[in-house]
Amino acid sequence: MTTFTINGKDVTVDVEADTPLLWVVRDELRLTGSKFGCGVAQCGACTMMVDGMPRRTCVTPVGTVDGSSIETIEGLEGPEVAAITAAWEGLDVPQCGWCQSGQIVSATALLREIPKPTDDDIDAAMAGNVCRCATYVRIRQAIHDAADSMEG
Amino acid sequence: MTLQNRRQFLATGAGLVIGFALPMKGRAQSGAAAVMTKDGVGAATFAPNAFVRIAPDNTVTVMIKHIEFGQGPFTGLATLVAEELDASWDQMRAESAPANDDLYKNLFFGLQGTGGSTAMANSYTQMRQAGAAARAMLVAAAAETWGVPAAEITVADGVILHGDSGQSASFGEMAEAAAQQQVPVEPALKNPSEFKLIGTDRPKLDTAAKSNGTAIFTMDVYRDGMQTVVVKHPDVIGATVISFDDTEALKVKGVEAVRQIPQGIAVYATSTGAALKGRSLLTVEWDMSKAETRSSDQIYAEFSKAATRDGGIVVEETGDSGTAIKGAETLHEAEFHFPYLAHAPMEPLDAVLELKDGKVEMWMGAQFPGIDRGAVAKTLDVSGEDVTLNVMLAGGSFGRRAQTIPQIGLEIAAIAKAAGGDGAWKLVWTREDDLTGGFYRPLTVHKLRAGLDGDGNIVGWENTVANQSIMLDTFMDQGNSGGKDPTSYEGSTNMPYDLPAKRVNWVRMQNPMSVLWWRSVGHTHTAYATEVFLDELLEKARKDPVQGRLDLLSSEAGRHRAVLERVAEMAGWDGEKVKGDRAYGVAVVESFNTYVAQIAEVSNVDGLPRVHKVWVAVDCGVAVNPNVIRAQVEGAIGYGLGTALFNELTLLDGGEVAQKNFDTYRMLRIHEMPEVEVAILKSLADPTGIGEPGTPPIAPAVANAWRALTGQAVRRLPFTAAGA
Repeated sequence: MTTFTINGKDVTVDVEADTPLLWVVRDELRLTGSKFGCGVAQCGACTMMVDGMPRRTCVTPVGTVDGSSIETIEGLEGPEVAAITAAWEGLDVPQCGWCQSGQIVSATALLREIPKPTDDDIDAAMAGNVCRCATYVRIRQAIHDAADSMEG
Repeated sequence: MTLQNRRQFLATGAGLVIGFALPMKGRAQSGAAAVMTKDGVGAATFAPNAFVRIAPDNTVTVMIKHIEFGQGPFTGLATLVAEELDASWDQMRAESAPANDDLYKNLFFGLQGTGGSTAMANSYTQMRQAGAAARAMLVAAAAETWGVPAAEITVADGVILHGDSGQSASFGEMAEAAAQQQVPVEPALKNPSEFKLIGTDRPKLDTAAKSNGTAIFTMDVYRDGMQTVVVKHPDVIGATVISFDDTEALKVKGVEAVRQIPQGIAVYATSTGAALKGRSLLTVEWDMSKAETRSSDQIYAEFSKAATRDGGIVVEETGDSGTAIKGAETLHEAEFHFPYLAHAPMEPLDAVLELKDGKVEMWMGAQFPGIDRGAVAKTLDVSGEDVTLNVMLAGGSFGRRAQTIPQIGLEIAAIAKAAGGDGAWKLVWTREDDLTGGFYRPLTVHKLRAGLDGDGNIVGWENTVANQSIMLDTFMDQGNSGGKDPTSYEGSTNMPYDLPAKRVNWVRMQNPMSVLWWRSVGHTHTAYATEVFLDELLEKARKDPVQGRLDLLSSEAGRHRAVLERVAEMAGWDGEKVKGDRAYGVAVVESFNTYVAQIAEVSNVDGLPRVHKVWVAVDCGVAVNPNVIRAQVEGAIGYGLGTALFNELTLLDGGEVAQKNFDTYRMLRIHEMPEVEVAILKSLADPTGIGEPGTPPIAPAVANAWRALTGQAVRRLPFTAAGA
C-alpha cells in the first residue's frame, strides 16, 4: 500500500512498491495526460511534479513517493502554468502532442524557479524533454512569451 | 518518391478514383432521416456527405480521412471545408474518420491512407466540394424557409443572411431544414482570389487538447476488463521461438497469462507495470535460421561490392555518360553510406482491440487503417464488416505507422486469438521494441562518378544506388512495377540540373531485414548523395555553390530556381562560404512536388557541426495555412538534423541491434535546435505536401557547410560515425 496526494487528492494504491509511478497514475488512477516515451528517464514525456520538483516518473518506484504530493498536467495550478498554457496555444506549439504534457510540466517548474529565464536557462531546464517533432523553436519562444505575460 | 510514382503503384485500374462523387449523393431524396445522423454528438446532425456534420448547437465537425500525428490535417482539411462553407473558424471541429476504404479513400491511392505528403493535395478539391455542397443546401433551406430567392442569400462568418428582409440564421438553426434539400452533385467552388481562410494563419484545432493533457491517444484507451499485453520480441530480427520458460513471469502479481504468438511471447497482465515486469523475467530460446545475423559492416561491404557501375538495372539514362566521363579532364568519385534508421515516434506502437460476440472494435493510429482492419478480420476469422477501427491521434509516426505489412494489426489480432475468447487487450510496445523491431529506413550505398571538362563543366554523371526495396512484394506492388521501386532511388533520378550525359542504376538487395519509408523516403539519402556530390564538383570547378546550381538548373526547373534565389537573398549569400568561425552550406531539393531550398549556418563545436541558423524558402503551391507550413518545416529540419548528426541503427556481429533506447539512439534536444527562418513563396498552384519536404535538404546543407569549414567530406552518416 502506498499513500500519496495527487492533484490535491489523497489516494492509496495497492500495487507492488517497485512499480513505476507513471504506470500507477495512468493505469490505476486513469490520469493519462502523462506519457510513456522511453522508460529510462531519457525523454521526459512522463514528467510530473513530485513535491514541487519535476520528476521522471517512468523510473520512479511508487514506493518512494509514499507521503508525497504529486501534480500532473491535469492538476497543475498557478499563474505559471496558466501563462505557459496560454503561450503554448498562442504559438500552436504542439505537433503530435505526445511529449507536450512533460514539456509543460518542465516549463512550469522553470518559471516557478526563474520567472524571467534566459535562453541558457531554458536549455538547462528543458534539455531533458525530447520532442521528436522538434517543436523546440516554439517551445523556447512560448516560454519567453509566458514569462513576458507574467511580468506585464 | 514522386506523387506520380506512388499513385501508379497504388492504382489498381478501377481502384484509382480521380473524380469526386459525394458518397451520399441522392440520399436526401429518400427523406431527411438519411442525412440526419446521430454519430458523435447525440443530437440529430445534418450530414450532407461523409465529411461534414452540422449540429443544432452550430458546431461544424469535419470527419478527417487522414490520420493526425502532428502534420496538421485536422486543421488543414477543416480549413478547406470552412472556406467553401463560409463558416466561422470558431465553430469548426475535427474528428478522425473511422477505417472505411470506400468513403475515406485517399484519391491518389484508391484506399484510405496517409503518406507521401498527399493529405492536402488529394483532399484539396474534395473537401472544398464537401463544404460547398453543405453551403448550397443551407442556402436552399433558408430560401425555402424564408420564401426568398436563393440568389439573394449570402453566407459569411457562419451566418446565413437575406439582406433585403433582414432575416438571418446560424448553420445550426438551418441544419434540419438543410437536411431536406437535394444534395448538389457539382457545387460551384470559389476562385482562389475569393479565399478568406485559405492562405491565412489559422489556430490549430488540436492545440488546446494537446496542451492540457486531454487529447486521447491509443495508449490512453481503457476498456472494461482489459488486459495490457507486452510481447517479448526477438533481439535479432527474423528469429523465431523454439521454447520459453514463464515460471518466474507468472509469479508476478498482475500477470494473468503468458502465451506464444507468431511474433514472440505475449505477457497478459492487469496493468502495464506488471506486464513489463513479467516480460523481463521470461527466458526464451530462439531459432536463428531465418534471422538477419550479419553485422552492419558486413552488409555495407556486400552492398558496396554490388553497387558497381553496371550493377542492377538502369533506371534513368541520358546520353553516353561512360564515354563522356572517360574523355573528361577531371574525374571525381565518391561513395556514400547511409545506415538503417528507426522512425522512433514518441508514442511507441500500440493498439487496443475488443472482441465481443464475433464483433471487433479497435483503436489504433494506423496510416493504412483498412489494411490493419483486413488483417485483423482474417486472423480472427470474422468479416471485415464486423471490425470497426477507430483511427486515433498518434504520437508521431514519420512513416512508421504506414505499414506495408500490417505488423501491429497482426500482432494485436494474434494476442486476441491466442486468448481464445471474448475480451479486451491493449498492446504496448516499449522503446526497445520500437528501435529493435525492424521496418527501418533502408541501409543504402550510393556510388557516384562524374567528369569535368577544362572549364569545370560537368560532362557526365553516374550514380549507382544499392538498397532493399520498400514496396516490391508488398500489397503496394500491384504487378505494374516492372521490377522497379522508385522509393529506393527517387531524387537520384529526375534531378533538376542540365547534365549532358547521365545514368542512374539501382541494385536491389534482398535481406531478411524489414524496411519502410521514413520521413521523405528515398530523398533521405538521395538528396544527401546528389547535393553533396554536386557541391564537391562545384568546389573542384571553383564555382559558387548558389550561382553554380542556378547555372545548372534546367529551363523546366523554375520553381527550384525561385526557392534557391529566395533563400540566397534571405541569408545574404555573397559567395563567402566561411566567415570567421561560421560556414554556410546550401541545398535545394524537390520532394512530393514541393520545392525547398535551405542555407545552414554551421560552426565546429568539439568536432561536430553546431547549426546556428537555417534559412528556408519553400514553394508548396497554395499555402493553405502558413502557420502549419512553417511548423512542419521547423520540425522537419530538427528531425533531419538530429538524424544526420547522431543516428544509426547498427547491427552487431550476430545481428543484434546495438541501439535499444534513447541513451544510445540519441534525439536532437532543445539546445541543439537551430533558429529557423521560413519564407513561403506565393503560388496559385494546387497545394502539395509539407510533412516531409523540409527534411531532405538539411543534411546536405550542413555537410556542405562543414566541408567548407573543416575540409572534411562526410561520406558516411551520421556525422558521429564519420568521425566528424
